[in-house]
Amino acid sequence: MEDNLLLQVNNISVVYSDVIQVLKGVSLVIRKGQIVSLLGSNGAGKTTTLKAISGLLKPENGKVTEGSIEYEGKGIHNSSPETITRLGIIQVLEGRQPFKYLTVEENLRVGTATRWGKPYKKDLEMVYHYFQPLVARKNRLAGYCSGGELQMLVMGRALMAHPKLLLLDEPSLGLAPFLVREIFQIVKRINEEQKTTIMLVEQNANMALLIAHYGYVMENGKIVMEEAAGNLRENPDVKEFYLGTAASGALKSYKDVKAYKRRKRWL
Amino acid sequence: MEFFLQLLIQGLSVGFLYALAALGFVMIFKSSSVLNFAHGELLAIGAFIFLAFSVWLKLPIYLSFLLTLVGTFAMGFVIERLFLRPLIGEALIEVIMLTVGLAAMFKGLLLVIFGGNLFNYPDFLPAGLTIKWGAINIPPVYVASFIIGIIFLSIFGFFFKYSSQGIYMRSVADNQPAALSLGVHVRRVFAMSWAIAALVCAISGIILGIMNGINVHDISVLGLKVFPVVILGGLESIGGAIIGGLIIGILETFTGGYVSTSLKEVIPYIVLVFILLVKPYGLFGLVEIERV
Amino acid sequence: MRKLKLHPCGKFNEQYEEELTIFSTDFGRLWMWVGIVLLFAVVPFISSHYHLYVINHIGIAAIAAIGLNILIGYTGQISLGHGAFFGVGAYAAAILATRVGFPFWLSVISAGVITALVGVVFGLPSVRLKHLYLTIATLAGQFILQYLFVSWESLTKGPEGIMLPRASLLGFDIKGDRTFYYVIFVCFVILTWVAVNLIRTRFGRAFIAIRDNDRAAEGMGIPIFKYKLLSFAISSFYAGFAGGLAAYYIGSITPEPYTLMLSVEYIAMIIIGGLGSIPGAVFGAIFITVLNEILSQSTQFFMNIEGLAKIALTIAPLREFVFGLAIVFFIIFEPKGLAEVWRIIRSGFRLWPFSY
Repeated sequence: MEDNLLLQVNNISVVYSDVIQVLKGVSLVIRKGQIVSLLGSNGAGKTTTLKAISGLLKPENGKVTEGSIEYEGKGIHNSSPETITRLGIIQVLEGRQPFKYLTVEENLRVGTATRWGKPYKKDLEMVYHYFQPLVARKNRLAGYCSGGELQMLVMGRALMAHPKLLLLDEPSLGLAPFLVREIFQIVKRINEEQKTTIMLVEQNANMALLIAHYGYVMENGKIVMEEAAGNLRENPDVKEFYLGTAASGALKSYKDVKAYKRRKRWL
Repeated sequence: MEFFLQLLIQGLSVGFLYALAALGFVMIFKSSSVLNFAHGELLAIGAFIFLAFSVWLKLPIYLSFLLTLVGTFAMGFVIERLFLRPLIGEALIEVIMLTVGLAAMFKGLLLVIFGGNLFNYPDFLPAGLTIKWGAINIPPVYVASFIIGIIFLSIFGFFFKYSSQGIYMRSVADNQPAALSLGVHVRRVFAMSWAIAALVCAISGIILGIMNGINVHDISVLGLKVFPVVILGGLESIGGAIIGGLIIGILETFTGGYVSTSLKEVIPYIVLVFILLVKPYGLFGLVEIERV
Repeated sequence: MRKLKLHPCGKFNEQYEEELTIFSTDFGRLWMWVGIVLLFAVVPFISSHYHLYVINHIGIAAIAAIGLNILIGYTGQISLGHGAFFGVGAYAAAILATRVGFPFWLSVISAGVITALVGVVFGLPSVRLKHLYLTIATLAGQFILQYLFVSWESLTKGPEGIMLPRASLLGFDIKGDRTFYYVIFVCFVILTWVAVNLIRTRFGRAFIAIRDNDRAAEGMGIPIFKYKLLSFAISSFYAGFAGGLAAYYIGSITPEPYTLMLSVEYIAMIIIGGLGSIPGAVFGAIFITVLNEILSQSTQFFMNIEGLAKIALTIAPLREFVFGLAIVFFIIFEPKGLAEVWRIIRSGFRLWPFSY
């Protein structure tokens, strides 16, 4: 086994409420210090994969029924979120979930829950260093912050936990393109400077592949493609289905048929 | 003038009683957003456990006080584990109705075990606590309750505002999934908040017992009086609970003194309706933030 | 003649009209008629006086519970004042009958209308309040009304209460349990029919929309305040109507029964029966009334045995305990209530022996 392996998902299937099967054999590997991005259309099972890793399936009545998830060589599938977060896996939920009635700084302090009792002043400074705009909002209720600030807040909150593996679920959701670029730059910097391994789930495949080292593509609860991010960006199919830059504008009707067939081969 | 002062003192002391009763309620609400209709019964349980230890088993006062605290603390855990935990994430009405059901259960049990009579504790507070100030004479119970109230207020105020555990508790009430994702031990927070609340209730219940004697019916009525108090003060605010309690207490005694004794019982609720119409989140409550 | 639908193998609606039908099969419709025939032609003749008395109380409770289910189960506004509204109906009927000399039918209907108005007044806080704040406001309403029953002596005669005149309808004296049985259950059938159909109309849909997401409902152009008040009015009408019937049936009223405990009983009925289900409200009314009756009978039973009277006195509060236990039990184990149990049993029979 390679020693730079951080997390290994082995052929897991996830079932909600004992009946709805969402993941049908997903395998992926995350290496230390990398940014791995997971792409796919809506309902492909990306978020479920993240939740399977972070243990948040349980409160939603979901379960890993087959396969295993190994983190630093230990099986963590179906463990409780309390255990998993204490191992250093922190998920940033989709759709920005701040604590509305807590101030920005109190929100950040909740991030210390996994290592309660340890000093956190330095970490606050670190977070404010990455997310400058938060400084001015320090003592304001999070419920009154803007979308961009909130995204920074929830990411900063996760950083407070000193994650070894940070699971980011759609950080670009509903943000202006300019802000998206900024957020992604920060993600990249965090990865480089804090040596945090990051798993990034995104709709904005273009941006995600720009900063990622490795990429996976999901469809219908399965991984259908995996490659280094650079190669993935060059792949004509990915280009067409996820990056929205088709090879040729001409011969549209013919291309549609071909695209349909190509897509069919995938699924 | 003397009558006025007398009413004022009486009102303040009744108000303090309400404030004490409201503290545990605010605790539970703040950390788990549960509106506890079984609150009066929790007070009563604390008071009766103390009664059982101190009067029936004739244990020394301090030992029985300690045992009561331990007992109610454990009971809070058990209540949460048995009844509240299965409902984590369920709709509001079900949780409310569950506490209503619990209230009926506890009240029934207390009545079966202790009956509906009025019980009194032996007089054990030091007489030195009496404060004399001209014509005004404040008995030791009130002084003691005042001191305990202030201690509670400062401990819990500090706890929720500055301590990490307090902030985790508030985060759970605010957004459960997010708290889970950050590794906050949500189940432990719930259990702790019920345990602490039961303990606070026990202390308040004992003080109430010293002031008025204990009777299951009276205390459960008092449990409902908590609602006007916390609505006036704001559901999440501990300071608000104290001020709300004092205002309601004074209002009640003055209505009783100057207007009519039967109106006294409902005046808090009439005030409650007006407060809700004018200032739905109370004096110090959090204004609901809704992002659509 | 259209084709009869007898045995569905699933719900496969092809048109919106089908979604709106009350009975998905003609089999169901048939059962309803069988039920009505049993209700009116068989039950009153095979039941003893005591049983009829209990059944009458069930009918009255069911009417009020259906009303409360419209408010809580369909509109999502939790009210803790239903017991007081029931009392308002009882007092309105009694006062109209004794002071104004209204005949039976008119005073019961007016009782409903007056209670509806009172309900609207206490529903007014719902302009600004939601969820638990509204619940607390209705709790205040309960106490204020309770206070009025006792203290507005010029109107309510305070704790002494009011005796009602004998009810009469169309020149017939209504006396005895059996005659009242017919009156109560005709009202019950009509009001149930109204409630079932109300839910199918735009009003019902608006109620459900408000329950599920009031902001979205408002965004869709539903005037939510108007509909919330309407829901309060309808629900209180049911309570008041039932209260009026109860006042005539019992013959005299005092302020004691209309306490918070009664409100809790009604909420218990709809939770145990099933929130947002009309049959559920009826099941709940049956369950709670029978439970109450069994509990008080068993206390009576012990009271009459020499030497056990003392035990009986001490276990009397067990009634409250069992009551709370029933609520807690249902909320934890079957939050959808008896209506769901009934559905499961029924489909179990229908699908037997192949359970899928």
